[in-house]
Amino acid sequence: MNARERIELIVPIEGESGIVNARSQARTIARDLGFGMVDQSRIATAVSELTRNIVRYASGGRGEVIIREIAGPADQPGVEIIVSDEGPGIADIANAMRDGVSSSTGLGLGLPGTRRLMDEMKVESGAGQGTIITIRKWRRRSANQLTLHD
Amino acid sequence: MPRVPVIRVGNVLIASVQEDVNDREATDLQDELLQLLERTGAMGVILDVSLLQLIDSFLGRMLREIAVGARLLGAQTVVVGIQPAVAVTLVELGLELTGVRTALDSEKGLRLLHRLMTHTRAGNWSGNERSRKD
Repeated sequence: MNARERIELIVPIEGESGIVNARSQARTIARDLGFGMVDQSRIATAVSELTRNIVRYASGGRGEVIIREIAGPADQPGVEIIVSDEGPGIADIANAMRDGVSSSTGLGLGLPGTRRLMDEMKVESGAGQGTIITIRKWRRRSANQLTLHD
Repeated sequence: MPRVPVIRVGNVLIASVQEDVNDREATDLQDELLQLLERTGAMGVILDVSLLQLIDSFLGRMLREIAVGARLLGAQTVVVGIQPAVAVTLVELGLELTGVRTALDSEKGLRLLHRLMTHTRAGNWSGNERSRKD
């Protein structure tokens, strides 16, 4: 059953070009794993939001993104993305997850918005401790295709 | 070389945002478009985003700021060509681009823009091309 190795990719983030690179890698892997167009867009956008936090807040705008294929308990395929940095960290995670809390975009959509795009999200951080954010999306078994009848 | 080509057709500026535009290029586009509006006296802007497979909160905010900035310079803006997958993502992200006029494609966008430009002169605003059944 061990037909092939699971996909895993590490993307270093260093400055703004890292945002574009990480999100396009995430989209490519999501597509390779059979995610549909909308899920590809959700996943790439989530990575864009999280890596922008690194570029804006982390020391030197540096961090790392790990994108990897995972399997759920019922063997359902999924993707897990771990975004980490050694920046100032988030002192109050619950507050940062609330809609409307200001971020560098001035919209406060970053973390709560990302949570809505993904199926699971875990934030590990603390003041002065850096931040590790893990997000997951599971591929649905069958995509419903709407058919128009003229 | 600018990653976002802007062309002028009559009194309308048309900007085609290229795939994988980065934050700097989006900010440059904002500056450039507003300067072009001032220099040309154009009354309308079409922001074509049909090549974009992704609009995150930063780019969404840029689109809105361009529209607001253009309005302050007396011009109307229509964002055209948002891909369906991008629209779903924007809604879930909580970025509904409130106050930004949209149309399905450039042709519908230009029609909406011309109507808006006419109505603005008459001091009257109208609604959204997408909601019209014509």
